[in-house]
Amino acid sequence: MSAHLSKSRAFAVARGKVSGRTTETRHDMSAYSCTLGGENFRFKTLAEVMAKATPARSGDALAGLMAESDVERVAAQMVLADLPLKVFLEELLIPYNSDEVTRLIVDSHDAAAFAPVSHMTVGQFRDWLLSDAATPAALAALAPGLMPEMAAAVSKLMRNRDLIAVARKITVVTAFRTTLGLEGRIGSRLQPNHPADDLKGIVASTLDGLSYAVGDAVIGINPATDNIPTAMTLLSMLDDLRARYDIPTQSCVLTHVTNSIEIIERGAPLDLVFQSVAGTQAANEGFGVTLAMLKEAHEAALSLGRGTVGQNVMYFETGQGSALSADAHHGIDQQTLEARAYAVCRAYDPLIVNTVVGFIGPEYLYDGKEIIRAGLEDVFCGKLLGLPMGCDVCYTNHAEADQNDMDVLMTLLANARAQFLIGVPGADDIMLNYQSLSFHDIAYLRNALGLKAAPEFEAWLEVMGLVNESGHLLQSDLGAQRLLEAAQ
Amino acid sequence: MSDVVKDPWAKLRDVTPARIGLGRNGAGLPTGANLEFQFAHARARDAVHSALDVAALEAELAPFEVIRVTSAAMDRASYLRRPDLGRKLGAGEAEKLNARPPCDVAFVIADGLSSAAVQAHAAAVVHAASEKLDGLTLGPVTIATQARVAIGDEIGAALGARLVVLLVGERPGLTVADSLGAYLTYAPTPGTKDSQRNCLSNIHGKGGMSYGQAAAKIAWLTRAALERGVTGTGLKEESGSLEIENAPLIDGA
Repeated sequence: MSAHLSKSRAFAVARGKVSGRTTETRHDMSAYSCTLGGENFRFKTLAEVMAKATPARSGDALAGLMAESDVERVAAQMVLADLPLKVFLEELLIPYNSDEVTRLIVDSHDAAAFAPVSHMTVGQFRDWLLSDAATPAALAALAPGLMPEMAAAVSKLMRNRDLIAVARKITVVTAFRTTLGLEGRIGSRLQPNHPADDLKGIVASTLDGLSYAVGDAVIGINPATDNIPTAMTLLSMLDDLRARYDIPTQSCVLTHVTNSIEIIERGAPLDLVFQSVAGTQAANEGFGVTLAMLKEAHEAALSLGRGTVGQNVMYFETGQGSALSADAHHGIDQQTLEARAYAVCRAYDPLIVNTVVGFIGPEYLYDGKEIIRAGLEDVFCGKLLGLPMGCDVCYTNHAEADQNDMDVLMTLLANARAQFLIGVPGADDIMLNYQSLSFHDIAYLRNALGLKAAPEFEAWLEVMGLVNESGHLLQSDLGAQRLLEAAQ
Repeated sequence: MSDVVKDPWAKLRDVTPARIGLGRNGAGLPTGANLEFQFAHARARDAVHSALDVAALEAELAPFEVIRVTSAAMDRASYLRRPDLGRKLGAGEAEKLNARPPCDVAFVIADGLSSAAVQAHAAAVVHAASEKLDGLTLGPVTIATQARVAIGDEIGAALGARLVVLLVGERPGLTVADSLGAYLTYAPTPGTKDSQRNCLSNIHGKGGMSYGQAAAKIAWLTRAALERGVTGTGLKEESGSLEIENAPLIDGA
C-alpha cells in the first residue's frame, strides 16, 4: 500500500494556473487523474501515464498505448511531473517475480546514490537536472541511484534541447586499447560490412574508413553469415590488420553472445563481446539471451586481458521497438523499455553501447522527427544511467527520413557528447541494406565542432600522416597511400 | 573524374560494391558522389511509394483469371505504420474470393514494399512457375494492394487453396530497388506463423535469382509441400542444395 500512499501525497498538491487554465491533479484511489481545461483525464496505471506522456511515435500507436490527443498527452505529462521519483521503486512496471530485468534493476539500485534526489517529483528532477546544481560530478555520482524508469520518466518532460543540455554535462570514460568519452572527443565505429563476408572487400572498406580517421571506438563487422567459423575468420583478419598497422583500437564481430563464448574457448583473438539486448526478459529471450549468459561472456572476455589501457570488454546494441516486435512489451511504451535495456548493459561495464535508432523501421519510428527525438532520448537516458552511449544514426528506405535528417541528428548528438557514432562507406551499408552515417560525416563533425578521436588513436593518425595536430584530415593523400602500400 | 588513373583507391573499388574511394573536399562528399547517392535513394523511395499499376499487371497475367483485393490499410502511410492492417483483407473483400471450386495452388501477388519489383517480375514468375506445376489445379491469381505476406493466409483460406504462393515486393535497398520475394504456405489460414512458410528472396535482374531458378524452386517446394503436408521449418532440412530460408526477415512480412 505504500505506493498508494506516495501517490496520494503527490496528488494532494493542487496546481496553480497554467496558461490561464486552472489545472489540478489528484489521486482518487483507483486512478491517476488530472483536470485540464475543464476536462477530466484519468489514467488507470503508472504504465499508462508513462505511455501517454511520451512524445508521439508510431510504435506506441501500433501497440495501442499512445495518447489519443495532444491535450491528453500534456495531461499525462502533468500527472507524471507531480509523481515522486520514488513511485518507480514502489510500483514496478513489470513484476519482480516474472522478469529478471526488473530483478536486476531493483536488486542493483543504490539507495545512497539516490538519496540526493529521493525527495523530488519527476518535474522537480527535470528542473534540477537543468540547473547548475547538477554538475558533472553530481550526475556521475547519481547514476547508480537511478532506475531506468526514472530516466525515461524525466525525459518525457524534456524538450530536445533539454536532453542535449543535460547529456553534454555527463562524462562517461571507458577504455580498452583506446580511451573513449573524454571531453572534446567523439569516437567512431568503422563498419566495413560486406554481403558475402569477402575478406578483401572488408579490408578495402576498413582502409577507406581509417583514411578518414574512423575506427577509434571499434572496427566492427556485422557478419552476413552468422556462425562461429565465419566469425573466427573475420576476427583473425581484423587482428592481423590491427597488428600490421599497429593500430590502437579494438575489433569486434557482431555475432551472438553464445558464439563469442565458444570463440573465446577456441582461442581466437576476440577483443569485445557483442550482444543485442532489450528491456524485458521475454524480449531478451527473443534474442536468445539471458543475464546469466551475459555474465559468463563478460567474465570470459575479462579473462583474456587483451585491453591495454582499460578492461571494458562488452559492446551492446539496443533500439526502441525491439520488445514490441518480439511481442514482449507488457503494455509498456517503447522508450521506457529501451531505458530498461540500459540497466542490462550497465551491469557488465561496457566499452560502448549504441542505440540503432532508425533501423527497426517506420512502424516503430515513422519519420525523421521521431528518429531524431528517439536518438536524443536514448543518448540522454543512457548517459544519465552511466553508460558510454553512442548511436547508429540511421534509417531504412521505407521510413519518412533521409540523409538531411541524419545530418541534424548527428550534429545534435555530437553536441550532446555521444560516446561514438557509426560510419559506413558512403553512408550505404551494402549488407544490412540501410543508411547510416558516412566516414565523411564523422570527419565533418570533428572538423566543424572541433572534436578529436580518442587520444591513443589520434597519436597513431598523426604518425600515419592522416591528420594534423588539431585533428583535421590532411588534404594530401600521402597517409592514404601509406595505408594502401602496407596492405599490398 | 580526370584523375581517376591516379586514384589510389581504384583497384580496391573492384573488390567491393561498397561506396569507397569517393574522394572528399575538406570533409565534404564530392558533388558527383552526392548526386549518385541521392539518385539511389530516390529510386528506392519511389519503389516504396509508387502505386502498383494493377491493370497492366492483370494484362500481363492473361490468360489467368485475376481477382483484385485491397488490404485493410487505407493508404501507403497507414500500410507503413500499421503492419497488422496490411496482413488482413479490407472489409467486404473476402466476398470476392468465395464460392469457387477448391484448388491445389493459388498465386497471390502482394505489392509489399516495392511495387517496382512486383511490376517488373511478378507476372513472369507466375507464368514460369505455373508451367512447372502441370498436373496440379491452379486457382485464380489474386492481386492484393497495400498488402503484406500474411494476407495470403486469408486469401488462400477463402479460395479453398491447399497451398498459397505469395509473391511480394521486398524492402528496397540502394543498389537493388526491385527485388521480389516468394513465400509458400501450406494449408493457409489466418494465424499461420511465419515459421510455417518457406521463403525465396532476391528474385531480380541485378545478380539475383532468375525467373527460371525461382520457378524451379517454387515448383519443387510446392510439390514437396503438397506431398508431405507441410511448409516452413519442417521442409527445410530436406530441401537439399536449394538455398531456402524459412524465417521471413524482410519488412514486407
